[in-house]
Amino acid sequence: MSSVLDALAAVPAGTDVAAGRLSPDQYAKNFADMHDPLSRHEAVVESDRCYFCYDPPCQKACPTSIDIPMFIRKIGTGNVDGAAETIFSANILGGMCARVCPTETLCEEACVRNTAEDQPVRIGLLQRYATDHYMESHDGYGARKAPTGKTVAVVGAGPAGLAAAHALAAEGHDVTVFEARPKAGGLNEHGIASYKTVNDFAQKEVDFVLSIGGVTLETGKALGRDIRLGDLRRSYDAVFLGLGLQAVNALGLEGEGMLGVEDAVSWIETLRQAPDKAMVPVGRRVVVIGGGMTAVDAAVQARKLGAEEVTMVYRRGQESMNASTYEQEVAQVNGVKLVTFAAPVALHGANGVVTGVEFERTRMGLSGKLEGTGERVLIPADQVMKAIGQVFVPGPVAGETAEAVALDKGRIVVDADGRTSLPKVWAGGDCVLGGEDLTVQAVEHGKIAARSIHAALMG
Amino acid sequence: MADLRTDFIGIKSPNPFWLASAPPTDKKYNVERAFKAGWGGVVWKTLGEDPEIVNVNGPRYGAVHSNDRRLIALNNIELITDRPLEVNLREIAEVKKAFPDRAMVVSLMVPCEERNWTAIVKRVEETGCDGIELNFGCPHGMSERGMGSSVGQVPEYIEMVTRWCKAASRMPVIVKLTPNITDIRYPARAAKAGGADAVSLINTVSSIMSVDLDLFAPTPTIDGKGSHGGMCGPAVRPIALNMVAEIARDAATAGLPISGIGGVTTWKDAAEFIALGCGNVQVCTAAMTYGFKIVEEMIDGLSAYMDQKGFRSIEDFRGRAVPNVTDWQYLNLNYVTKARIDQDLCIKCGRCHIACEDTSHQAITHLVDGVRHFEVMDDECVGCNLCVNVCPVDNCITMVELTEGVDPRTGRPIHREYANWTTHPNNPAAANKVAAE
Repeated sequence: MSSVLDALAAVPAGTDVAAGRLSPDQYAKNFADMHDPLSRHEAVVESDRCYFCYDPPCQKACPTSIDIPMFIRKIGTGNVDGAAETIFSANILGGMCARVCPTETLCEEACVRNTAEDQPVRIGLLQRYATDHYMESHDGYGARKAPTGKTVAVVGAGPAGLAAAHALAAEGHDVTVFEARPKAGGLNEHGIASYKTVNDFAQKEVDFVLSIGGVTLETGKALGRDIRLGDLRRSYDAVFLGLGLQAVNALGLEGEGMLGVEDAVSWIETLRQAPDKAMVPVGRRVVVIGGGMTAVDAAVQARKLGAEEVTMVYRRGQESMNASTYEQEVAQVNGVKLVTFAAPVALHGANGVVTGVEFERTRMGLSGKLEGTGERVLIPADQVMKAIGQVFVPGPVAGETAEAVALDKGRIVVDADGRTSLPKVWAGGDCVLGGEDLTVQAVEHGKIAARSIHAALMG
Repeated sequence: MADLRTDFIGIKSPNPFWLASAPPTDKKYNVERAFKAGWGGVVWKTLGEDPEIVNVNGPRYGAVHSNDRRLIALNNIELITDRPLEVNLREIAEVKKAFPDRAMVVSLMVPCEERNWTAIVKRVEETGCDGIELNFGCPHGMSERGMGSSVGQVPEYIEMVTRWCKAASRMPVIVKLTPNITDIRYPARAAKAGGADAVSLINTVSSIMSVDLDLFAPTPTIDGKGSHGGMCGPAVRPIALNMVAEIARDAATAGLPISGIGGVTTWKDAAEFIALGCGNVQVCTAAMTYGFKIVEEMIDGLSAYMDQKGFRSIEDFRGRAVPNVTDWQYLNLNYVTKARIDQDLCIKCGRCHIACEDTSHQAITHLVDGVRHFEVMDDECVGCNLCVNVCPVDNCITMVELTEGVDPRTGRPIHREYANWTTHPNNPAAANKVAAE
């Protein structure tokens, strides 16, 4: 927590970056739940819209293959806990996924209701209804089988690690989860917009997952600093790496060290960990560089903290943005100005404090490659947030030693079962090649790897 | 503009929409509201002898709902009017006087003795009402006392009571039938034999709407116990349509006027009853669900339909569907249909496939060249229509008649000439029959 408080206190003097721009009521309103949960009546009525399709397209579109029509049918018949069990049996983080999944590009996009009426069944909200209902009266899901005496080390307590730990513990293995940060949850706890997961839901979910028993959580233990992969391989029967991504891409411009230039991921983490939103400093004029979910989460939250002008700048067109159309709408509804076809070329500043970002207009060239037009535009800013992608820092698992795992394109290479090149070591989530920066996909990786680890341990 | 006026056994009304004898017609206040809303007539809630009966003080109604709480069926354990006879008679006279152009029929139920029936009929006649309806239908409560459906289930009693009432009054007599009987033609024939001017049907269906799985008691539950009630509403309409058709096409009752009752909710429902021979319809559940205003939709919709079809009066299409109701044995076995899925309308839910695959004839694909695609295989399709019924999109799947060539399923050439079971070679009794009808 002290590092969070340090970050909160580090308001640069002589800049227009300030905390406490709003009244307590405004903060409460701005950071309330993004969607009202469905009432029982709404859930039952909505459940009736599901056609119970054959070979359901929604289930195929779900990375964890939740039997969506079945859980919806159970809601409709009043068996809400049964609905939640259908969800948790496929996705132990079904509660968070109901909140943060881009359903508009997954299950809800596949819903056949779109074809006839452009209005899918609201699967995400129904999933939230079922999982909330279950979590109100259950400490956890699943029962632990008799102990096997086998031990597994899970590195990283994000979605992949938690899913793997739960599945392995359920099989009776003893699991130790090592987490570098003071709190478990990974991006769910540190990286996702606050209004998507209110009331400390990420921590409640961690407790829910770990309550199965047989899991020891060790926080403040970073791979390469406090623990070593080689030691884990020798001390445990298997190792799962759910390391996530540790750094953000740099702009590669002079002046990135100026006051007011921030990395959006750490800024969101500071905001998420702040005991009070009024303590979080934000610029009067904010420029967010990037076109993904993190850029939207940072831009929207900057507005919600009271920034007057927030401009999200992306070098390509809107259709190329990683943020879904729905997320883009969220940004626009919240007053974020969207500028496309502009690439940053220089940071402007005075006395070590950023004052603006200079962009060059871009266009799609005849060859299909993005090219600069030569036209420049300066956007004044008190705060500049970089959100142009995160990178995996492979140090602790790479190198020329016998303990190194094979990498490709800077990520860990795994087979279909999540096995790395190194015996006894599996990996999943954003740190592996093919990771898509989605909670739900990380859960699936953890689930698959756990199945493979279990088979290997019991084989 | 179609003329919706009807003359039903001499009783005139501005439209064929009457309110059935039930809670909505229990008193002056309600009936006046109904007439102001536009209803063509009412059958006043059943009168009995004093002292007035008593109702339970707990719940009287039960229901079947869809998930979005649409009322699919309602049932009740309410008895006949629980107000003194004198009060009802006075109000009937007042309302009839105030609304002389509307039909005012009074429903009656008294013990099965001639003097009881004669006495009440005489008193009702003095109100100036247009006719009476004999309630031989209610299946709950009063039936335990030898009235209602316990009379309607014995054709001899129906004939006897009808005869008493006809003898006691100049008024037209409608006999209301219970569906809680094996063959509806027998009570209808008995009513006709007793001199009834018309029959009305159906009254409610004996029912338990649900069982409370905490109390382990039927609903509605009165202090932990429940009693069967009478069910009405959209769910009973198919039962009513069949019973109406049975009477309309029975030679013994052909031409007997029928007032259609049973789940009439929209103008379309009313038109269907009329097409099966009904001279008017009586409505209850729809009004109890939505209020009296729905009659506006019914009047407007029926009128628009008639204009579109070129029918100037109800009589222009009344009974038009009756000749097309037949016995199974006379259905054309040479009529061959196949389901067709309109790929532009298909939303690819796959319900047609799984229904056919699991429960019927394995005649619908789900993958074609590895792609999700639902298509009927004519060589397996028996034309059963299940896929049409389970498809959530209107008109996406239709049945198309094969008029030439060979049926790919049977390999037999398509014959267009009519041939039914009575002459089919597989019918052991066919030798002595001729193709009839």
